[in-house]
Amino acid sequence: MSNTPSELKYSKEHEWIRIEADGTATIGITDHAQELLGDMVYVELPDVGDQIEAGEEVGVAESVKAASDVYTPLSGKVIEINESLEDAPDVVNRDPYHDGWLFRIELADEEEMAELMSPEDYIELIANEE
Amino acid sequence: MGLRTPFYSLHKEANAKIVDFGGWDMPLNYGSQLEEHHVVRKSAGMFDVSHMTIVDVEGSEAKAFLQILLSNDVDKLKTPGKALYSGMLNENGGVVDDLIVYFLTDNKYRMVVNASTREKDLNWINQQAAPYNVTTRLRDDVAMLAVQGPEAIDKVCSILTESEAAMARDLGVFVGQNIGDYFIARTGYTGENGFEIILPLEKVESLWRGLLTAGVSPCGLGARDTLRLEAGMNLYGSDMDETISPYEANMGWTVTLEPRERNFIGRHALEAQKEEGIARKLVGLVLEGKGVLRGHMKVIIPDVGEGETTSGTFSPTLKQGIALARVPRKTGDSALVEVRGKQLPVKVVKAGFVRNGKSVL
Repeated sequence: MSNTPSELKYSKEHEWIRIEADGTATIGITDHAQELLGDMVYVELPDVGDQIEAGEEVGVAESVKAASDVYTPLSGKVIEINESLEDAPDVVNRDPYHDGWLFRIELADEEEMAELMSPEDYIELIANEE
Repeated sequence: MGLRTPFYSLHKEANAKIVDFGGWDMPLNYGSQLEEHHVVRKSAGMFDVSHMTIVDVEGSEAKAFLQILLSNDVDKLKTPGKALYSGMLNENGGVVDDLIVYFLTDNKYRMVVNASTREKDLNWINQQAAPYNVTTRLRDDVAMLAVQGPEAIDKVCSILTESEAAMARDLGVFVGQNIGDYFIARTGYTGENGFEIILPLEKVESLWRGLLTAGVSPCGLGARDTLRLEAGMNLYGSDMDETISPYEANMGWTVTLEPRERNFIGRHALEAQKEEGIARKLVGLVLEGKGVLRGHMKVIIPDVGEGETTSGTFSPTLKQGIALARVPRKTGDSALVEVRGKQLPVKVVKAGFVRNGKSVL
């Protein structure tokens, strides 16, 4: 059974979103997603400064098994990326919700947050997938 | 539910993630494919390969039949137990399957062919065997376990009797013998030392548990694929099939054209291909930068032409993207691979990236 922390928001493409104290959003992939993908070997992230649109494909998470696109669930400007994943992509497997975060954005439109899923809805989504 | 090997309940017990492979419920991994890969390069891992198809060929014309059926010549096998890797071709020279054939005794041979091609192979073999005084017997009364890695031989020998262990240690490369209740062969699909063991069903549980206790880790199909790809070994259905000549699949060395009077199936087509010139070759590719190569990616060789990757992965040993690719014969030592719309530079090398735990690049 995968872990779905209650303090986060989720997307149907299996990203998690954490709204930080300064109003920025940190985004990663869920425990369920990393479990499905298996051992991560390469993560491609957007560039700092990129303006990205909700629903846009902004990176790739590649495991030994498959490549999976990473989408941004929110629009905004990329202000930081997790550079440590370049040499240690397996951190996404070991700690998807903390050290395995992918990128952080400055939100362009806070109203988009209403589109995100609650932990309960996300748990239901993955239960229906199985 | 798919077909299950005699090891199935042991896989479940070891927390295997089970997937469908050619109709078989097989372990993909037991937790981490990468860890299983590394354990085979550094210590010893075991793979259930009972889904592979074992066919015994027996009769006064067994040798004559196999000399027609196979592109390699079983006449090279002079001592009992010696094995040969070969293609089994169709009339057009395409690869029906690749296999290992053991010479057991005069008039008796054993072939190990792929799992995914089982029905097709059995039909083909029986059809070709009809005019010969031979019987073919599908050995679904046995199981098969590959134990691979630098410590594989020591660990297997540690659970055999002293005299069995001595026999097993004496096995030459590509030789198999009946040892105790087992048929043990020095073969494999990982580029490491080790054995492939054919065993009666009643020994399945004791061998598995004995090897677990000896420190051999269960490994799934995921690691099996990355290991064979690092070793530069073909996977049937990905790197070659019935439409591909052995000359374009790095299998030229398994085609024995001498003596000329050995009229094996596919011979005429291969001679015609040689006459015309072979257009393509199967090579290895190593991605220069970060990333992963996969099968069916376009390969661009400036001023020469285009090719395609046939299988690809991230090499856990080299920590680089690697692939096998079929490219024009004139391809030099560099090319570009199209990865999600970008053209990334690759080195072109001989198929085969890792041997005995070390890079051969």
